[in-house]
Amino acid sequence: MDKLIIEPGIKTPHIVFDAANGSLEIKGKSIPENSIEFYKPVYDWLDTYTTQPKDQTLLTVQLEYFNTSSSKCLLDLFRKLENIHSSGKGKVNVKWLYEEDDEDIMEAGDDYQTIVKLPFSIEKISG
Amino acid sequence: MNHTFSLFQSMERDKIILSFKGDITQDLLASVYQIMESRMDQDKTDSKRKKRFYHILVECLQNVYHHMEDFRNVHELDEISDGSAIFIIAKAKGEGYRIITGNYIKKDESEDLKSKLEKINSMNTDELRTYYLETLSTTELSQKGGAGLGMIDIARKSGHKIVYSFDGVSDTVNFFTLEVTIN
Repeated sequence: MDKLIIEPGIKTPHIVFDAANGSLEIKGKSIPENSIEFYKPVYDWLDTYTTQPKDQTLLTVQLEYFNTSSSKCLLDLFRKLENIHSSGKGKVNVKWLYEEDDEDIMEAGDDYQTIVKLPFSIEKISG
Repeated sequence: MNHTFSLFQSMERDKIILSFKGDITQDLLASVYQIMESRMDQDKTDSKRKKRFYHILVECLQNVYHHMEDFRNVHELDEISDGSAIFIIAKAKGEGYRIITGNYIKKDESEDLKSKLEKINSMNTDELRTYYLETLSTTELSQKGGAGLGMIDIARKSGHKIVYSFDGVSDTVNFFTLEVTIN
């Protein structure tokens, strides 16, 4: 299956989803007015990936800013990964990265950890 | 001409950084975010305050954007306005910032918004977090991409009560003003 690569925009993140090694990365800002439009191709890719996931999938989220519209889309994305995890088709881990002084992003990771049934590791970006 | 000078003076007095009245478009918002980012870099705003301000700014302005969308294809506003909105970004006392937005809102939606804001303003930090998580996990995104989370998020991040008012405009339309302070 093809890699999904979306280049970063002024209001949208850099996305690199690689089915070959089960590595999914979201990085940057996610503040579009209509996030559904932006995340549609991401969901479509994930729906295909869910049918034949790798044994180990790692989602890395390194967001500087995201709006509430995107926070809902992120939850939907986590829900799709929960399906892989709970069906036993593969294991999914989430690595949630935040910059040293960014308590808000750290707390947001903690918020998701509370409502999403996936193993989270919330890590400070070093350097 | 004299009026321009007095407007200028009053904006100086209120420490206004940026103010805009007109149609709120996606391109406009992109420019505002960029202007404010470089402005805060110039001001050497510390990164924690900068991030918090930026986050709240995005939510406030997108709230206006989505409300204005309601009026794009209907004619309820025709006799009142060209469908524009207003926002003002200003320095607050000390190192803080103030964001003020004003937009038209349908009267039937005003009641829901008002009771939501009353609920939010009555909550402490922990209650706000619970309300946020509840709303996040139970609400579907609207067609416009609204998650019903904006106001909860603004209250959580700003750490202040939300100041707001509704002014009657016509039988079906109100004008909604929102003011948020970020210390």
